[in-house]
Amino acid sequence: MLRRLYHDQPESFAFTEANQKWAEGQITKYPEGRQASAVIPLLWRAQEQEGWVTRPAIEHIAKMLGMADIRVMEVASFYFMFQLQPVGSVAHIQVCGTTSCMICGAEDLMAVCKEKIAAKPHEISEDGKLSWEEVECLGSCANAPMAQIGKDYYEDLTAERFGEIIEELRAGKVPVPGPQNGRYAAEPLSGLTSLTEHESGKTKYNASVQLATDLGDTVKRIDGTEVPLLTPWAGKNATPTSRARADAAGWENTEVSASPAKKKAAAKAAEADHEKVDGAGDAERAADAGKSSDDTKGQATAPAGAAGADASARDGGKASEAKGDKPGPKAGGDADTAGRASEQPVDADTEAAKDGAAGASGPKGAKDEVPAAVGEKPGTLASPRGGKADNLKAIKGVGPKLEELLHSMGFYHFDQIARWTEAEVDWVDDNLEGFRGRVRRDDWVGQAKTLASGGETEFSGRVKKGDVY
Amino acid sequence: MLQDSDRIFTNIYGMHERTLKGAQARGHWDNTADLIKKGRDWIIEEMKASGLRGRGGAGFPTGLKWSFMPKESDGRPAYLVVNADESEPGTCKDREIMRHDPHTLIEGCLIASFAMNAHTCYIYIRGEYIREREALQAAIDEAYDAGLVGKNAAGSGWDFDIFLAHGAGAYICGEETALLESLEGKKGMPRMKPPFPAGAGLYGCPTTVNNVESIAVVPTILRRGGSWFASFGRQNNAGTKLFAVSGHVNNPCVVEEAMSISFEELIEKHCGGIRGGWDNLLAVIPGGSSVPCVRGENMKDAIMDFDYLRGELGSGLGTAAVIVMDKSTDIIKAIWRLSKFYKHESCGQCTPCREGTGWMMRVMDRLVKGEASVEEIDMLFDVTKQVEGHTICALGDAAAWPIQGLIRNFRDVIEDRIAGKRGAIAAE
Repeated sequence: MLRRLYHDQPESFAFTEANQKWAEGQITKYPEGRQASAVIPLLWRAQEQEGWVTRPAIEHIAKMLGMADIRVMEVASFYFMFQLQPVGSVAHIQVCGTTSCMICGAEDLMAVCKEKIAAKPHEISEDGKLSWEEVECLGSCANAPMAQIGKDYYEDLTAERFGEIIEELRAGKVPVPGPQNGRYAAEPLSGLTSLTEHESGKTKYNASVQLATDLGDTVKRIDGTEVPLLTPWAGKNATPTSRARADAAGWENTEVSASPAKKKAAAKAAEADHEKVDGAGDAERAADAGKSSDDTKGQATAPAGAAGADASARDGGKASEAKGDKPGPKAGGDADTAGRASEQPVDADTEAAKDGAAGASGPKGAKDEVPAAVGEKPGTLASPRGGKADNLKAIKGVGPKLEELLHSMGFYHFDQIARWTEAEVDWVDDNLEGFRGRVRRDDWVGQAKTLASGGETEFSGRVKKGDVY
Repeated sequence: MLQDSDRIFTNIYGMHERTLKGAQARGHWDNTADLIKKGRDWIIEEMKASGLRGRGGAGFPTGLKWSFMPKESDGRPAYLVVNADESEPGTCKDREIMRHDPHTLIEGCLIASFAMNAHTCYIYIRGEYIREREALQAAIDEAYDAGLVGKNAAGSGWDFDIFLAHGAGAYICGEETALLESLEGKKGMPRMKPPFPAGAGLYGCPTTVNNVESIAVVPTILRRGGSWFASFGRQNNAGTKLFAVSGHVNNPCVVEEAMSISFEELIEKHCGGIRGGWDNLLAVIPGGSSVPCVRGENMKDAIMDFDYLRGELGSGLGTAAVIVMDKSTDIIKAIWRLSKFYKHESCGQCTPCREGTGWMMRVMDRLVKGEASVEEIDMLFDVTKQVEGHTICALGDAAAWPIQGLIRNFRDVIEDRIAGKRGAIAAE
C-alpha cells in the first residue's frame, strides 16, 4: 500500500526531556551497535507525543540511532500504526473490520463513524477533534465488534453505544474502555464455565481497563511526565551484560518521579474508585484542549513543550539530546571532535546547532573525570610524512571507507597503528563510527607491526597482487 | 471436560490477583531454580515427552525445535524470541495470557532460554496491544525486582535478561523471520530459509522463535511432568489449549480446554450453543483466518485437534481461533474480507503474493456481487494454486487457502449468486 509523507510538515521535532530520557533507556535493551532495533518504539513515542509521525521526527530519530533517514522513513511507511498525516486532536478511532468483527456488526460501527465523524477514513471531522479509519484484526475477536480509541480497546460494541462513546469523547469525556456489555474480560457473557473458584476477590476491572482508568491517559498525548520510566535490566539485579551496556550508554537507572496525576491515580487505584479518576482525567483533558487552542496552527503539529512559551525548557531538552546523540566516545576528544559534533546539529536551524555544540562540551567535562571509559587518544599526524601515506588497506579489516576514516583521524602509517596501546585502541574503537570492535577483532596492531617492519601478511600479499581492491 | 485443577492458565480472565504475589499463590515461580538445575537435557527430553506442539499455528513440536539450537556457543550469543505478535484474524488468546497471567510467560522464558543456552530473551508484542504491553512490562519489572530474572535469575545461577519490544501494526511480523527483521529495526520482510533462525537468526545469532502460549505452558509442564500434559488429547495432539471462539455463538469467549475436545462440546459447554441452534450453523473457520472454512454439518462432530481437522476436513487447527458463522452470514463476503486482509498485509516482497492477493481480492469482489461468470470460479482456484507455495513465507499460502476452502465447500452458493444476477439482468 502506498503511503507518503504529508504535504504540510512542521518545522522541527524534539522529544520532551522525559521522552528523550525514556528513548535513551529503550536503546539500552539492545546490544551495542544494534541501536536501530529501537526505531519502532522511538517512532511510536514520537507519534504519541505529536499525534502523528512527522518528517522532522523521522530525521531526528534517524540521527539519534545513527541510521540513514531513508531506513527510518521506510519503517515509518511500512508499519500501519504510524499515522503519516495529522489526526483528530482528541482521538483517532480505529474500527476493526476483519471477518470476526465484520460478521458481528463492524460495518454498522463504520456507518456511525461516517455519520458522526467524516465521510472518509483519515479525514478529520469538521470540529477538528476526531478522525477514524478501518483497521485489520486487532486481536480481540471474542469481544467483537470493537474499536481502538487512543490506547484502549472498546469491546462488545453496538452501534448505539459506539455513537454515545463518540459523543462523549467530543464533549471531552473519556468513557471507561473494555467490554461495553457488562463482561469482565473474555469470559462467556452468561457467566463463568470454568475457573469458578477464581471469581472471588477480583478487582473492579480487567487488567487493561484497570490500567486505563488508573493512568487516565486513554486519549492523552504523551508529554513524558506520566509514564513510569523503568529500566529494571540496569537496576540492582542487572546481569553483567546489561550492566555493561547501560554503563556504556551512560545510563543510570534513575526513576523519573511520577507526576502528581499519576501518583494520585495510583492511590485511587487502591480504592478502585474510577469515578474520581475519570474526573481527574477530564480536568487534564480540558487543560490539554486549552493548550491546543493556544496553538495558532490549530491542528496540533507542535509538541506541547514546543508551543513557544517555555523556550528555556526546550533548549534544555535539546542540550540533553546532543548529549544523547554522542554518548561517551565523542566527549573525550579535542577541539576537532567537538567541532565534528557541532557539524551534526540536532535541528535544522542554527540556534539549535549552537545548542548542540554547547551540549557536547558539557558532557565532555563530565567524561574527563572517567578517562578509562573513553581510552587515550593516540598521537596523530596532520598529514602523512613525506606526503605519502602507507597503504592501510593492506591491513585485513581496513577497506577504502575505513582507510579514509583513519586518514581523517590523523593515521597514515603502519608504525602509528603498531604503537597503539590498549587504552589507545579503546579510544580509536570508540571513535570508529559504525565500525566498533574492528580493531581488536582483526588485530590491526599485530598486523601493522608486521607491515611496519617490512613484513608481509597473507592478506597484504593478496592486496599487493591486486586480488582484493 | 477439563478440570479446573488441570488448567494451566488459572487467571485467564484476570479475576484473580494479577501481581507476582498472586501468581506465586497460584503456584508459579515455585522453585524454578530446581527445574533449571535438572539440566538442559532433562528439560528438552521432558518437553519432547509432553508432546507439546507449537501453539502459533504450524504445530511444530516444541521440544524438537529447541534441540536444534547449538549445544555449545561458538562465541555468538543465543536468543529466545517470543512471538507475541498475535494478529491472525480470530486469534485473541495470547492477549489474555499477557495481560492476566503474565508470570507464566516470564517464567517460561527463563526456563526455555536456559534450555537453549540463551541469556537474553526478547518478547515481540504487537503494537496495538498497548495495555497488554504495560501489564506485561509491569510484571517483568516485578520479576527483576524480586531477582527472578536478571543476574543469577531465581537463584539458578543463570544470568538472564528479558526485554519487551513491540511492533507497529504489521501482520507479517508474526512470521518468524519477518519478526526478526522487525526486531532489528527494519521493514518486516521475511527472510529466505535456510539459514534457519536456529543457525542464524536475530543479529545473525542462533535464535529460536516461539509462540507465547508454547512458552507459557512450559513451567507447568515441567512441574507436573511431560506425561501429565501428554495425557490430554489424542496421540500426537497432546495437551491443553486455549480456544478463542468468536462470531455467531451465544457467548463468545476464550477458554482453556483439553485438545481433541469435540466441537459440539466446546460450543455447548462454554459458548452457550450456536446462535439460533445447530440447524442455523452455516460454516466454521476452525483455526484462524489462514485455514480453509468447513461446512457447518461437517463440523458438529469434529474433533478439535491438528490431525483430525487437517486429515478429515482439509482444514487445520492453526491457532485454535474458531470463527463461527450462522446462516445470516454472507459466506462469500466473509471470505472476501479475508482476501482484503491479506492484500492489505502482504509485505510486497514476492510477486506472486503482492500481485496475487490483489488479484484474488478483486475477483472475490465480483463474486460477492455475482458479477462474474462460472468459469471464473475455476480460474480463481487455479490462481490460488499458483500463489500457494511460490512465495518466501506462508502468507501467500494463507491468502490462498480460505478461497480454496470457499470454492471447495460453497461452490453452489457462488454459482447461485452468479445465476441469480444473470436472471435479474435477463428479466430486466
